[in-house]
Amino acid sequence: MIDLTMIWAAIIGFAIIAYVVMDGFDLGIGILFPFFEIGEDRDRAMNSIAPVWDGNETWLVMGVGGLLAAFPLAYAIILPALYAPMIAMLLGLVFRGVAFEFRWRDPGHRAFWDFAFTAGSFIATFAQGLALGALLQGISVENRAYAGGWWEWLSPFSVLTGFGLVVGYSLLGACWLNWKTEGNLQRQAVIYAGRLGIALLLLIGAISLVTLTLEQRYHARWLDFPGVLATAQVPLLTVIATWLFYRSLRLRKDIQPFLWALALFGLCLLGLGISIWPDVIPTRVTIWEAAAPHRSQVFMLVGASIMVPIILAYTAWSYWVFRGKVGKDGYH
Amino acid sequence: MIEQEWAILLARVQFAFTVSFHFIFPAFTIGLASYLAVLEGLWLKTGKGVYANLFRYWLKIFAIVFAMGVVSGIVMSYQFGTNWSVFSDKAGPVIGPLMAYEVLTAFFLEAGFLGVMLFGINKVGRKLHFTATLAVAVGTFISAFWILSVNSWMQTPVGYEIAANGQFMPGDSWWTIIFNPSFPYRLVHTLLAAYLTTAFIVGAVGAWHLLKDRQNAGARKMFSMAMWMATIVAPLQIIAGDFHGLNTLEHQPAKVMAMEGHYDSHPNGAPLILFGIPNSAERRIDYAIEIPKASSLILKHDLDAPLAGLDTIPDADEPPVGIVFWSFRIMVGIGFLMLGTGLWSLIARWRRRLYDWPLLHKFAVMMGPSGLIAVLSGWVVTEVGRQPFTIYGVMRTVDSASPLDAPAIAASLLAFVLVYFAVFGMGIWYLLRLMKKPPEAHETTLDGTPIRSAGITLAPAILEGGTK
Ligand code: HDD
Ligand code: HEM
Ligand code: HEM
Repeated sequence: MIDLTMIWAAIIGFAIIAYVVMDGFDLGIGILFPFFEIGEDRDRAMNSIAPVWDGNETWLVMGVGGLLAAFPLAYAIILPALYAPMIAMLLGLVFRGVAFEFRWRDPGHRAFWDFAFTAGSFIATFAQGLALGALLQGISVENRAYAGGWWEWLSPFSVLTGFGLVVGYSLLGACWLNWKTEGNLQRQAVIYAGRLGIALLLLIGAISLVTLTLEQRYHARWLDFPGVLATAQVPLLTVIATWLFYRSLRLRKDIQPFLWALALFGLCLLGLGISIWPDVIPTRVTIWEAAAPHRSQVFMLVGASIMVPIILAYTAWSYWVFRGKVGKDGYH
Repeated sequence: MIEQEWAILLARVQFAFTVSFHFIFPAFTIGLASYLAVLEGLWLKTGKGVYANLFRYWLKIFAIVFAMGVVSGIVMSYQFGTNWSVFSDKAGPVIGPLMAYEVLTAFFLEAGFLGVMLFGINKVGRKLHFTATLAVAVGTFISAFWILSVNSWMQTPVGYEIAANGQFMPGDSWWTIIFNPSFPYRLVHTLLAAYLTTAFIVGAVGAWHLLKDRQNAGARKMFSMAMWMATIVAPLQIIAGDFHGLNTLEHQPAKVMAMEGHYDSHPNGAPLILFGIPNSAERRIDYAIEIPKASSLILKHDLDAPLAGLDTIPDADEPPVGIVFWSFRIMVGIGFLMLGTGLWSLIARWRRRLYDWPLLHKFAVMMGPSGLIAVLSGWVVTEVGRQPFTIYGVMRTVDSASPLDAPAIAASLLAFVLVYFAVFGMGIWYLLRLMKKPPEAHETTLDGTPIRSAGITLAPAILEGGTK
C-alpha cells in the first residue's frame, strides 16, 4: 500500500523548498536594501521583485496551511512553542509587504518605508532561522500539547541558525540582483555575493557541528558506519557546489551563481532531512503520529495533484512575463 | 480572574482584533476586483477611454488594499495555531483540508496573476491582461467560498465522527461538510455584503468629486454605476439576511434570542424589539420600543406563533446578549439606509438630477464607510452569538485555547495593536489621498508611467472619451 503520510510529508517538504527558493531572494534583497544607493539602484532592486513577491510568500501560507491539514498535531504543538518568533515573523512580514506599495505612494516618507522594508525582511528571516534552530534543539511535548515556557525557543544555537538564515537569504538576494540588473547595482551585488558566500559556508559548518552534539540521534545518523559513507556525500557536495558557485561568479555569469546558491540551500535542507527523518517535531513526534486521518489525506491529495502543477505553470508564466533585466521603471 | 481565564480572554481579543482588521480589506477587494474586471471588460468591448481611466484609477487603490489584505491574512493563518492550538489539533482533520483547498485554488491564483494585473499592462496583450484581472477576481470569490465554508462548519457542524483521541474525523462525504446547513446563506450574504461595501465606497468617491465638478466624466460614470449596484443589491441583501436569520433560528436558536433580545419565552406571539437597552442582571430589555407580535411574524410567518426565549437555555450555554443585540441593530439599520440610498438614486435618475443633486451626493459621501461598519457588525453578531462555543454545541471556547501564559499573549496583543494601527492607519491615509484626486483623462499606470501607445494602444481611446 502507498503510504499517504509519506506523500504528504514530501508535499510539505516541497512547499518549504519552494518557499525558500522563491521568497528567500526577495527577503534577502530587503536585508541588503540599505547598502544600495538611494534612488535608481534601490528602485530597481525593489522593482525586480515587486511583481512576484506575493506569489512567493503564498508558499509560506501553503506550508503552514498544509501542516494544519496534513499534520494537525504538529501545527498545534509547533505554533504555541514558537509563539514569540512566529508573531515577530508575522509582524515583520506586515511591514515589508506594505512597504512595496507605500514606498511609492509617499515620497515624503520614503526613507521610513525603506527602513521598514529592511527591518521587516530582517526580522522575518531571523525569526524563521530561530524557529528552525528551536525545532532542531527539541521542544517539550506532553499529552499532545506543548509543555514548555514562552522562552524555550531562545538559545545560542537558535540565534546562530537565525543569523545563518539571514546570511543565506542575503546571498540569494545578491545573486538574484546579479542576474536581474546591470551596471552599478550588478557590480555591487557580485561583491556582496562573494563575501556572503564565505560567511554562509562558515555558518553552515558551525551549525552542522553543533547539531551533531544536540541529540544522540543526529550524531548516530550522520557518523555511524556504514551510513556515514552515504551521509559524507553531503558535505562533499557542498564543497563542490561552493567551488562552482565561485567559479561562475568569477566568470561573470548571470544566472548560474543564483542556481549554485540555491544548490547550497538544497543541500542544507537535505542535511536537515537526514537529521530529523521521520519526525515532524524532531525526536518528539513522528509524521505518522501527527498525521491527519486517511480520508483527509485522500481528499487533499486529489486537490494537490491537480492544482500544484497548474500553480507551477502559471507561476512560471508570470516569471516569464517579467523576464530579462529590470530597467529604471520596472520591467519595461 | 485566574491566570487561565485571562489567557483565554486575551486570546479572544487578539483573534477578534486581527480578524476584524483582516476582513475590512477582503470586504473591499472582493467587490473591487469584480468592479475592475467589469471596467476592463467594458473598455475592451466599447473602447471608451472613460472605462480605461477608471480602471487605472481604481487599480492604484486596489494595489494598496490588496497588499494590506494579504499581510493581515497571513497573520490569520497562524492565529489558529498560536491562539487556538487545542482547537486546531482536534478540528484540523476537518477544517484543515478546506483551508488547504483555499490556498491551492484561491491564494495562488490571486497572487500569481496579481503581478501581471498590476504591472503587466504594457507587457502582455489586452486579452491576456483582462484574463489576469478576471483570474484575480475569481480568486477572491473562491477564497471567500472556502473560508466561509470553514466558518459555517464551525457554526453548524455536520458530517463528522469523534475519534478515540478526541479529534473530529471527516465522515464519508466531504460534500456534507463543505455544504453544511448555514454555508449557502452565509456565502450569499457575505458576498452581497462585499459588493455593497465596494459600491458605497465607489459611490462616495464619485459623489465627492461630483460635488466639486459635476462635469467630470469619470466621477459621473462611477457614481452612476455604484448607485445601480446599491439599488439592485441592497434589497437582495435584506432578503438574503432574512433567510439567513431563519436558518439561524433553526440551527442556533440561542443566537437569535440574543439578537432579538428575548430573555423570556412568548407562548402566544413575540414582539419585535426595535430599540431598548439589554439589562443582563435583571434579564430584561429596559426602555424597549416594540411592535407586538412582529417578531413571530418575521421569524415564523405567523402572528401568534410561540417563540422560546433565553429562559429555555442553560445559563452556561448563553451568548452575551448586549453585544449581539446592538451589533445586529447597527447592521440592519445600515441595510435599510442602503436601501434608501438606492431608492433615492432611482428618483434622481427619473428626475434627471443624478449628477446635480448636492444633497444626494452629500448623503452618498456620508454612506461611504457604511458597508465596512455593517460587515463588521454582522461578523460580531455571528461570532459573539455562537459563544460559548467554537464548534457549536460540541466544543467550547474555553477548551480550545493554546497552553500559553497570559503575559505572552498580552505582549503580542499590544504589538498587534500598535503595528496594525500604525501601518494600516498609514495605508488608509494613502487610500484617502488617492481618492481625493479626481479621476483624470490620462490616468497613469501603477508604476507612475503615463499610458504608452506601444503594447496596448490606449491613447486614441483616451483622447476621445476623456473627462471634459
Ligand atoms: C474560519 C473561522 C472564522 C472566521 C472566518 C471568523 N472567525 Fe471570528 N472567531 C473564530 C473563527 C472565525 C474562532 C476561532 O472560532 C473564534 C475564536 C474564539 C471563538 O469562540 O471563536 C472567533 C472569535 C471571534 C470573536 C470573539 C467572540 C467572543 O469571544 O465573544 C469575534 C468578535 C470575532 N471572532 C469576530 C470575527 C469577525 C469580525 C470576523 C470576520 C470578519 C470573523 N470573526 C471571522
Ligand atoms: C480566520 C479566517 C481567515 C484566514 C485564516 C484567512 C487567511 C488569509 C490569508 C493567508 C490571505 C493571504 C493570501 C495570499 O498570500 O495571497 C488572505 C487573503 C484574503 N482573504 Fe482571508 N482569511 C480569513 C478570513 C477571510 C474571510 C472571512 C474572507 C471573505 C469572506 C476572506 C477573504 C480573503 C480574500 C478575498 C483575500 C485576498 C486578499 C484581499 O482581497 O485582501 N478571508 N486571507
Ligand atoms: C436588513 C438587512 C439585513 C438582515 C436582516 C441581515 C441579517 C443577518 C443575520 C441574521 C446574520 C447572522 C447570521 C448568523 O446567524 O450567523 C447576519 C450576518 C452578517 N451580515 Fe447581515 N443582514 C442585513 C444587512 C446586512 C448588510 C447591509 C451587510 C453588509 C453590507 C451585512 C453583512 C453581514 C455579514 C458580513 C454577516 C456575517 C457573515 C454571515 O454570517 O453571513 N448584513 N446578517
